[in-house]
Amino acid sequence: MSTPEQNAPVQTAGAAEESRPSLSALLLDPSFWADWASVVGLVGLVIVFGIAQPVFLSIANLQALLLAAAILVVLSIGQTFVVATAGIDLSLAAAVMLGAIILGLVNAAGYGIFLACVLAVIATSAVGFLNGVLITAGKIPDFVVTLGTLSGITGLGLILSGGEPTMVGSTFLLKLASGSFGPFGYPVWVAIAAVIVAHIALYHTRFGVHLLATGGQVESAGALGIRTNRVKIAAYTISGFCAGIASLLLVARIGSAEPLINTSLLLNSVAAVVLGGVSLFGGRASILGPAIGALMLTALVNGLTLLSVSAFYQPLAVGAIVVLAALIMRYQK
Amino acid sequence: MSAAHHIPSSEAILACEGLSKHFGGIRAFTDVAFQARRGEVTAVIGDNGAGKSTLIRCLVGVHVPDGGEIFFDGRPRPFANPDEARKAGIETVHQNLALIDELTVAQNLFLNREIVRRIGPIALLDRKAMREQARAMLSRLSINMPSVNQRVRRLSGGQRQAISICRAAGSGAKLVVMDEPTAALGVQETGNVEALIRRLREQAVSVILVSHNFDQVRRLSDQIWVMRAGRMVATVRSSETTGNELVALVTGAA
Repeated sequence: MSTPEQNAPVQTAGAAEESRPSLSALLLDPSFWADWASVVGLVGLVIVFGIAQPVFLSIANLQALLLAAAILVVLSIGQTFVVATAGIDLSLAAAVMLGAIILGLVNAAGYGIFLACVLAVIATSAVGFLNGVLITAGKIPDFVVTLGTLSGITGLGLILSGGEPTMVGSTFLLKLASGSFGPFGYPVWVAIAAVIVAHIALYHTRFGVHLLATGGQVESAGALGIRTNRVKIAAYTISGFCAGIASLLLVARIGSAEPLINTSLLLNSVAAVVLGGVSLFGGRASILGPAIGALMLTALVNGLTLLSVSAFYQPLAVGAIVVLAALIMRYQK
Repeated sequence: MSAAHHIPSSEAILACEGLSKHFGGIRAFTDVAFQARRGEVTAVIGDNGAGKSTLIRCLVGVHVPDGGEIFFDGRPRPFANPDEARKAGIETVHQNLALIDELTVAQNLFLNREIVRRIGPIALLDRKAMREQARAMLSRLSINMPSVNQRVRRLSGGQRQAISICRAAGSGAKLVVMDEPTAALGVQETGNVEALIRRLREQAVSVILVSHNFDQVRRLSDQIWVMRAGRMVATVRSSETTGNELVALVTGAA
């Protein structure tokens, strides 16, 4: 978060305090590495994989990498809003599955792809809203509520779909998945748009400040008249909305709605948030950090695949990196 | 118990009569009459558990009293919750200061009354305006703060107290209520906060001060109200009392 003052000539004692420390001091300061862990990690991975397997840096691979990262980026943004309130959304990947199934069923019933997409997003947003209401009005811990909805909507998805995948043969979704504008495929643009909107919401609106205040010190925020319950419900609803967008991207990518939960999406969304320097205790968040964290995790899997490392090693690598990142985070200012 | 019960109410910015509050079977205070005069520093003293904090919390809308009447600016039943009290012009400096550690000084000063610019239907924060006004608010009360972009977590206890008071006074509040503002501070920081309270009074802001420290209330306040075991037992002008008299009133030895 740079501010205009930092670039202005130093005039007062106050401004001097705000000026930047020297580069060497910056590099020796562990909190610098903590704040930029995801960027440093991403750059490190790109260098290592680029040397070990030059194909990694080919335009085609980088485009494929970004395409593969789009869904995780969108989910990580949703998870970020929840984690910023000192909560966690374990139902995120299950909501993606529910959105996909609703999309598939509504489309198969002949109501048209647009209505199907809208209903899918409404359904996942409703799941998020329900999470928020149960946590605030029901005064149940976030972990328990979202674990419950995780299981509940998994069952709902199986009941609705009968356990069978539904083919979605829509030209709109096919275009969404395979079309591109400029250097990037449409899913990448969706992810970029989500990053921009979320960044503005977090840093440039009253809602964003109230969200961080609620996550930081909920009682103090309440004492100043911030409606902390509403803020929390909004955060979970945003998370559900992001799950809906991700479900559209997922169905577009694989061409069918599967009644399967991709648990690695959930774990990776939390991992990306941690890598992005967002405090799990709430009150401190960014959007770019988790987005880059999601890119980093995708690059890790992509690079290991290119190096012909067995897929069995990928979760191990992701786990090691997340724990390492968490260790570095302890040095955050 | 009704020493100065019948001062004309136009002089009072905040007053109450016959106020009672209990939590379940536990009585916090009973039949309390109190008033804070406009432009003065009014102190409420008493031993631990005498009911001071609960009284204050009733007066600013945090608790709903079980009986009695509250008047703000002569108007009865002024507010149902702290938000309404804040809008009416009563600002409270909470004992825990109600600061958000991870936000900056400027963000804390403008929390829940942020300045926004409207661009069509979207309202975006005007962070530059808030930073500038935050600096102005701090300098008006001569609070020394290295940067308004600093996170509150990195400030000292006295600086945090100053930010909280500055936020309370900054919005053109008619009345600032402070609950033990110097309880956790060192000698020098206590001095700074006391200077801050004097500056508020010079700027015609009314203050209600809850304190344990008898010397402090004699230094700072105009009128002192004494609570003991859930009752308002006495009120005296600060200039006409002594430390020994206050101790006697608080302990009931008089």
